[in-house]
Amino acid sequence: MFGKLRRPSQDVAKIALEESDRLSSTERRQFLRNGLFTAGSVMVGGTFAGLSAKVGAAATQYPPEVPLWTRSLGAGVVTNPYGMPSPYEKGVIRRNVPWLTAEKTSSVSFSPLQHLKGIITPNGLFFERHHAGRPEVDPQQHRLMIHGLVERPIILSMDDLQRFPSVSQIHFIECPANGGMEWRGAQLNSLQFLHGMVSCAEWTGVRLSTLMQEVGIKPEGKWVLAEGADGAAMTRSIPLEKVMDDVIVAYAQNGEALRPEQGYPVRLVVPGWEGNTNVKWLRRLEVGDKPWMQREETSKYTDLLADGTARGFTWVMDAKSVITSPCPEMPLRGGKGIYQIEGLAWTGQGKVKAVDVSTDGGRSWQQAPLREPVMSKSLTRFALEWNWDGNPALIQSRVIDETGYVQPTLTQLKAVRGTNSIYHKNAIQTWQINADGSVDNVQLG
Amino acid sequence: MFNLAKLSRVLVGVCSGFVFSAMPLLATAGSPGHYGYGETATKAQIAGWDIDVRPDGKGLPEGSGSVDDGLKVFETYCSSCHGAFGEGMGRYPKLAGGDGSLADDRPEKTVGSYWPYASTLWDYIHRAMPFFAPQSLTDDQVYALTAYVLNLNYIVDGDFVANRDTLPKVEMPNRDGFTWQDPRPDTHNVRCMHDCKDEVTVSDSAAGKNLTPSTTGPLDEGLTE
Ligand code: HEC
Repeated sequence: MFGKLRRPSQDVAKIALEESDRLSSTERRQFLRNGLFTAGSVMVGGTFAGLSAKVGAAATQYPPEVPLWTRSLGAGVVTNPYGMPSPYEKGVIRRNVPWLTAEKTSSVSFSPLQHLKGIITPNGLFFERHHAGRPEVDPQQHRLMIHGLVERPIILSMDDLQRFPSVSQIHFIECPANGGMEWRGAQLNSLQFLHGMVSCAEWTGVRLSTLMQEVGIKPEGKWVLAEGADGAAMTRSIPLEKVMDDVIVAYAQNGEALRPEQGYPVRLVVPGWEGNTNVKWLRRLEVGDKPWMQREETSKYTDLLADGTARGFTWVMDAKSVITSPCPEMPLRGGKGIYQIEGLAWTGQGKVKAVDVSTDGGRSWQQAPLREPVMSKSLTRFALEWNWDGNPALIQSRVIDETGYVQPTLTQLKAVRGTNSIYHKNAIQTWQINADGSVDNVQLG
Repeated sequence: MFNLAKLSRVLVGVCSGFVFSAMPLLATAGSPGHYGYGETATKAQIAGWDIDVRPDGKGLPEGSGSVDDGLKVFETYCSSCHGAFGEGMGRYPKLAGGDGSLADDRPEKTVGSYWPYASTLWDYIHRAMPFFAPQSLTDDQVYALTAYVLNLNYIVDGDFVANRDTLPKVEMPNRDGFTWQDPRPDTHNVRCMHDCKDEVTVSDSAAGKNLTPSTTGPLDEGLTE
């Protein structure tokens, strides 16, 4: 009985293709785009009696037609034991800029901010930044060593670590080079590539202060060196004040174990600070009396100014905001009329206080309501309703954080930093809306 | 029988806990050893992982290497990416040159022109290079490579021998080029709401530059320039 109903997938595809032969070329394309997936998933469910006849009758699934998926059985539980997004979402992925780096193992991929609908970045879409590729760490054999100027140097297994009291906190992580290609001019016409080196997750783990109390810091201890277990053995020096404030030794991300790309099985989360300090695949914490002046805090992650001097230890990520819709990937599709201007704001200094939006290139501004929740060192949503008259426009957002700091224009930023500092480009982003609703990345003079 | 054995084991556990582990069990919350989890790290365990080196030389091991030795090791393990003279192949980092270029329109940041401390060079080569086989070189090889890269940048002479005494004394040209105090906020935008400026001019647009990989469909592998 059941055997009769089941058919191999090629048959469904064949029937579907035959049916599509009878359609006009536009209908056919539409059918192949929408229908084939459906036919595939129907097959998985086990029933598709009468499918082929009805497919021919209805090339679309709109009213008054009753859609295929309503007239058939869907896939059973555990068809995907670890759930996957709908196949229609397969273009929503991290992407890289091939010309940017010599190797994919020392490179970055960007989060598709244009498709994200809240403040939490799904784990598979969290941006990546590796200096020596993504290591495959065995959690059974992974160890975290804490030593240096401490009373009792210890080595913890992952089981040991998870016995300590834990916290869960929602924080963004942003690479300080986010947008760093745009100091000299507008290059990339895409929200994803311009701003996609920021992501946000709920992190669960042990407060680093708890671990520090457990090992007992000697009075001379003023700095902590964090080191990764990857081939870059990534290191950063972090002052004790920050260590004892809000740093987390995290083993979970959005409710599940960290993803390998985010440091599985354990990483540092240093809220509001340069992404690079959030050392992944954490293997070692050493307490010392001075910073170590590692390559990642001298050669890299220092900000070269126009006069040839450089700033080091610029840890905090300053307030930044960006409109995520419309954007180059999300044009205004419906002609003139009412749109929601939506976006994200964040600051390493604490909470977002307000966001303003301009639709005339910064001549005038209007406060855009924030969407709850508004949390410290987390992405925060804003939205403003806008009646577009169909004419070209220049839209911008500007965040004010709880310290009163106002996000700068690119001109203001370049006046103090020049164009060679690479890092910490938190300037106001301008999108140009064209008369046809398309959107371009532009800079104002 | 079975139960008795189990019980006695529990009792032994409790007793030994009281007698021998007073420190970890009775330490109050927030004081060292309160939880007592994990194992105490031995000197040998720490020595195997503690690889960081500081500007004052703390962390440098015994051993040494000359510029000449470094030349040979560099040709074997490094020049394929960084070039025989540290000039950098393709997009791989340049390790030499760029003297006095930091205030130029197109500065060249290299070990010689930018790095403030020689210790960082030893530390980084030792922990992360060669790129495909990190932590595979001997301490002598790392000393030799450090000497060679410093010599490529005219920071040390050809007869220089790097070791734990000589390296911390090397003065890098850009050692005073950094400020280590964050001066931000360094911009002071004001929250103007109306009539904020007279004119708005678009100075640059990314449209038509053809630098943006595709943001739909499969990953864009083709775009290389
Ligand atoms: C397969 C190519 C490759 C080889 C071989 C290689 N490197 Fe590298 N090197 C790189 C890459 C890629 C980086 C940048 C890594 C990153 O993203 O952090 C780098 C970075 C460096 C840097 C830091 C440059 C800077 O300005 O920050 C130094 C120093 C260095 N390498 C020295 C060496 C030495 C010495 C060797 C030989 C033992 C070596 N490299 C072999 C690819 C290579």
